[in-house]
Amino acid sequence: MNAALLTLPILLPLLGAGASMIAGRSKAAQRVIALAVLTVTTALSIALLVLVDRDGTITSQAGGWPAPIGITLVADRLSAIMLLLAEVMLLAVLLYAIGQPGAERNHVGFQSVYLILAAGVAASFLTGDLFNLFVAFEMMLTASYVLITLGARRDQVRAGMTYVVISLLASVLLLTALALIYSATGTVNLADLSLRMEGLSPGLRTAFALFLLLIFGIKAGLFPLFFWLPDSYPTAPSAVTAVFAGLLTKVGVYAIIRTQTLLFPVDIRPQQLILWIAGATMLVGVLGAIAQADVKRILSFHIVSQIGYMVMGLGLFTVAGIAGAIFYIIHHIVVKTTLFLTGGLIEHVGGSGRLSRVGNMVKTVPFVAVLFLVPALSLAGIPPLSGFVAKFALVSAGTESERYWLVAVSILVSLFTLFSMMKIWSGVFWSPAEEAPDVEPHRVGRLGGPVLMIAPTAALAALSVVIALFAGPLYGLSERAAVDLLDPARYVSAVMGP
Amino acid sequence: MNVLLAAAAATLFAIGTYLVIQRKLSRIIIGIGLLSHGTNILFIISGRRGTAPLIGNGPAAGYADPLPQAMALTAIVISFASTAFLLALAYRSWILTDDDEVEDDVTDRLVARGGFADEEVEDASDEGEDSSDFPELEGSPERDGSPAAEGTPEGDLEHLADTGPERGAP
Repeated sequence: MNAALLTLPILLPLLGAGASMIAGRSKAAQRVIALAVLTVTTALSIALLVLVDRDGTITSQAGGWPAPIGITLVADRLSAIMLLLAEVMLLAVLLYAIGQPGAERNHVGFQSVYLILAAGVAASFLTGDLFNLFVAFEMMLTASYVLITLGARRDQVRAGMTYVVISLLASVLLLTALALIYSATGTVNLADLSLRMEGLSPGLRTAFALFLLLIFGIKAGLFPLFFWLPDSYPTAPSAVTAVFAGLLTKVGVYAIIRTQTLLFPVDIRPQQLILWIAGATMLVGVLGAIAQADVKRILSFHIVSQIGYMVMGLGLFTVAGIAGAIFYIIHHIVVKTTLFLTGGLIEHVGGSGRLSRVGNMVKTVPFVAVLFLVPALSLAGIPPLSGFVAKFALVSAGTESERYWLVAVSILVSLFTLFSMMKIWSGVFWSPAEEAPDVEPHRVGRLGGPVLMIAPTAALAALSVVIALFAGPLYGLSERAAVDLLDPARYVSAVMGP
Repeated sequence: MNVLLAAAAATLFAIGTYLVIQRKLSRIIIGIGLLSHGTNILFIISGRRGTAPLIGNGPAAGYADPLPQAMALTAIVISFASTAFLLALAYRSWILTDDDEVEDDVTDRLVARGGFADEEVEDASDEGEDSSDFPELEGSPERDGSPAAEGTPEGDLEHLADTGPERGAP
């Protein structure tokens, strides 16, 4: 039972990818396969979250080899939460991609690559092994390389180059770190590492902590390693950008949270550094967003800014801080994906994403305006939406830990976020277009787009409201996950046996 | 022996780093290849030396550590696939632009020149020496509102790519 719940979210998408390739050029068969696989994995991850929240961390040893030797899959509360969110986003964005003219229709391999991405994301959340984390990252990133350059247009190739080269460099660094860690400790199993790290000198452990922070910081887009992100994300098709924005950087954040809390004891963690990085990431990201004049580029810079909030919660290293960070991730993944999907709708309806080239959409497509406004206000932290709850949790955790300067920065950044969201609002929805759009706008009905594009976006926007409504139970879940994270002994005993 | 291997890894890292900071994608690809070779050597050093780990091949205590070798093999396969993809990307770039240079982001350049956010640069005369790098931009659709079809990102790229820095003779 445990083994099935832990392995199927990885295996099913891989098998589905193979089946989808065999299905060849039959789009209908590929769509059925991909939708079926993602629906089943979503159901499985709901079951996994319920089970893990009731019984605590569950593990599975591949082939029955006991822990440090075999391949370990682990699901604690944090990984179960992340997995469920990822599967829901993948499913919603797949529907959107099917509905969007040109996103997946023209590309034979889209469904297969998308499923491989799903497998890679699931594997990164479920693995209990640093080397398998590398393999899962590679699986996910290789799929993302293909997705970002799928159109093979000139700007996509240019952006793809930066993205691929930076990701490969991070991967080489991760491998180097793995080789060094293995030669120092003789293991790559996370639970076993957590035990054996205690035997190393403090200097060596600090070096490893910084090395891992650097590597996963590149993947997560932390200051000053974020520059590749706003450069490469906006060129991909909207559906692809939405899933990247929602998931890929958050896998990096997950890896930072996992390694910093599990592997390093309190006195080794580079806490002060993480807090400074968090503040700088928030501020630089949002200032970058203000300078932009294109919907997708503004939103891409906001990804960077929002990563700062999550890392801020982690950097406090208190139950309240980490619970706030986890709740922020839950809120952010949903809201950010919705915003990028809405950005795609704006481009679909208006023929451009440039603020000056579209306009007056509140009259032409009022429903799209609502779909933008709800997540945009939520991102800025306006009550009673989910962003307010998430930011309130972080701010109160920060005040509790007496990091007043960081709290001040985070509140200031919220204000800037609101400013740039309103810039999109007035540019796209209120003011008239100043220039002609790039391409001929699509003719739209009363909804503002094809039903399959509108429905997933509306569902995710509704989900973000639901998060705010059920903020109490969700924060409780985040708090239980944070308690797990701050007590590595639980993870270790679940994997290695009592 | 270990010192020699460590020196080899260090040399590979040094050359790889130098190549990665070049602007041509083909050099970057070779650089990344060298970096991952360096990492593979690090993996080999990280394990214990000894006899081949086969059952019946002497006492188990004398076996070499097989795990780093397995990890290095996995890493080799992955870097092989990534290199193949990068080469395909470089080829595609060659077809599109007759070059495999990693270009600057157009919007970044425009923002750096201070013109893009407000959609027009009225004080262009103030930055005469800057704009001389991009003579085409003076007449770009950003400014004079000429037909928008030329203002697509591809259109902007054409302008900039023709005047980009460090471009060798065709």
